[in-house]
Amino acid sequence: MKIGVLLKQTPDTETRVKIKPDGSGIEEGEIKWVINPYDEYAVEEALRLKEAAGSSEVVVISAGPKRSIDSIRQAMAMGADRAIHINTDGSFLDSYLTAVVLAKAVEKENFDIFFAGKQAVDDDNVQVSHGVARLLNCPCIWPVEHIELSGGGKSVTVTRPVSGGIKEIIEMTLPGIICCDKGEHDPRYASLPGIMKAKSKPVQEIPVATLVGGETAKVKWSGFTLPPERKAGKILKADDLEQVCDELIRLLREEAKAI
Amino acid sequence: MGDILFFAEHDAGTLKGYSEELAGLSARLAKELGGKAVGVTLGPSAGVAAEALGAFGVTEAVAVEGESVKEFLGESFGCALTELAQEKKPQVILATSSGSGKDVLPRIAMELKSGLATDCVDVKIVGGKLKARRPIFAGKALVDVDFTTDVQLATVRPNSFPVQKTSEGSKAAVSKKVAPSKDFRAKVKEVKTTEQKMVDLTEAEVIVSGGRSVGSAENFSIIRNLATVLGGSVGASRAAVDAGYISHDHQVGQTGKTVNPKLYIACGISGAIQHLAGMRTSKVIVAINKDPEAPIFSKADYGIVGDLFQVVPKLTEKLKKMLGR
Repeated sequence: MKIGVLLKQTPDTETRVKIKPDGSGIEEGEIKWVINPYDEYAVEEALRLKEAAGSSEVVVISAGPKRSIDSIRQAMAMGADRAIHINTDGSFLDSYLTAVVLAKAVEKENFDIFFAGKQAVDDDNVQVSHGVARLLNCPCIWPVEHIELSGGGKSVTVTRPVSGGIKEIIEMTLPGIICCDKGEHDPRYASLPGIMKAKSKPVQEIPVATLVGGETAKVKWSGFTLPPERKAGKILKADDLEQVCDELIRLLREEAKAI
Repeated sequence: MGDILFFAEHDAGTLKGYSEELAGLSARLAKELGGKAVGVTLGPSAGVAAEALGAFGVTEAVAVEGESVKEFLGESFGCALTELAQEKKPQVILATSSGSGKDVLPRIAMELKSGLATDCVDVKIVGGKLKARRPIFAGKALVDVDFTTDVQLATVRPNSFPVQKTSEGSKAAVSKKVAPSKDFRAKVKEVKTTEQKMVDLTEAEVIVSGGRSVGSAENFSIIRNLATVLGGSVGASRAAVDAGYISHDHQVGQTGKTVNPKLYIACGISGAIQHLAGMRTSKVIVAINKDPEAPIFSKADYGIVGDLFQVVPKLTEKLKKMLGR
């Protein structure tokens, strides 16, 4: 099987976000960059599928600036075989354009299946995988927490958490895109030999300009701000449990009108 | 003259609370655009739900029924809504940022080659076009979104706007439509209810969350009991989920769900930055923690410094008596 992983490099979730003084974006200076956490699940599922299906190839496809190569190598250290890096240095890509260039970069490769994270934890757009699926004319299931091959390798059967504890079991004919939520498999750590090997695995770098093909962004972002700080409120000490609970209930009823 | 098409969700004909919110919002924005708001409901009993949109100032609705929309499937719902959008040519297309809304609107946006802003906490009309404000980094920052396209799409976070029952008793004029019957390559085989059914966190008006100090899966019943008394849902910190006390469905934060309830009660949660990001827009935050230095107290409207194993059951008992549940 030919397995693709759509991967984005994002700031670590422990990052304290700082805004540029003119509100035009995020200060990137002190950020620690990692594989988008949901994309790590995608890498893990891709590697497991390769192990289950045998004689398969896992290819990482990432659109991002030069620094993204570190996360691409990381995914290859986990076990991916090769990568396509769409270098976006100096360009602003909204979700639409990102989907356009990813789809363009893979259109001739005939992948059987793609894994992606259900969303990137930086801009939280939840649009790119759906867009790539549309452009490649294949189905897309979002989000997915469990996957297995079915139909003699012609399809996958997946579990999709809906809401409030309901799960849908969906069968999807390949090719298609699976958007991974956290499932039962923790992403594997890269082994030392894995890290060594990753250094020589092939990465095809494509400048983004050669893939855009006259398409333009559909949205513009501006006015980056931090949310208003919440002020610390009243602290009640639980010396007298009865009293403190009564007081909290009173405040929630009368002052906050929350119950 | 711009019209608004919006995706209204329902359970067997009863509109979802967040869809009532969206109906009122769509009616108001459509007025500003000088057009009308048209609601779309899909699936069995879609007609009943469509009529009910009338109470929120929506005069026109489309009920889509048929084999392919019997159960929710992103592809089939997306296809039906895209067809309607191509037929009605609205300027703005809205949905709630629910599990379904988030899965459907990106498909329509791509098909129409139009801009989409997801999970917006504010949307308004500026210069005859939609302008949106949305959180990024799960709420650590906010950004304004402007559209470069003639059609503008957005999903709106639940509990961001008041529910406006402006025309109590009115019914929307409903036209029926049969869902397109394409050969979709993804099919729902089975729908399973895996645990006690609760309102999804992203829609909940009250959330009671537990952290690692809850200590075990069994102990989470303390959290669950308080949530039940308040008619709310159960949340958890990443530490509690990673420790295996509760499933990831319940995780609040940057790698879990971003929530926006009216009341959020954090029990034994210290307040890691990625958790705070996911719940900071809650209207009222209560923190219960042994450690007076816990960062969660700096974000809480009300804090109790105390042992959750004493405070939470006592609170539950008192509220149960008071609310008669």
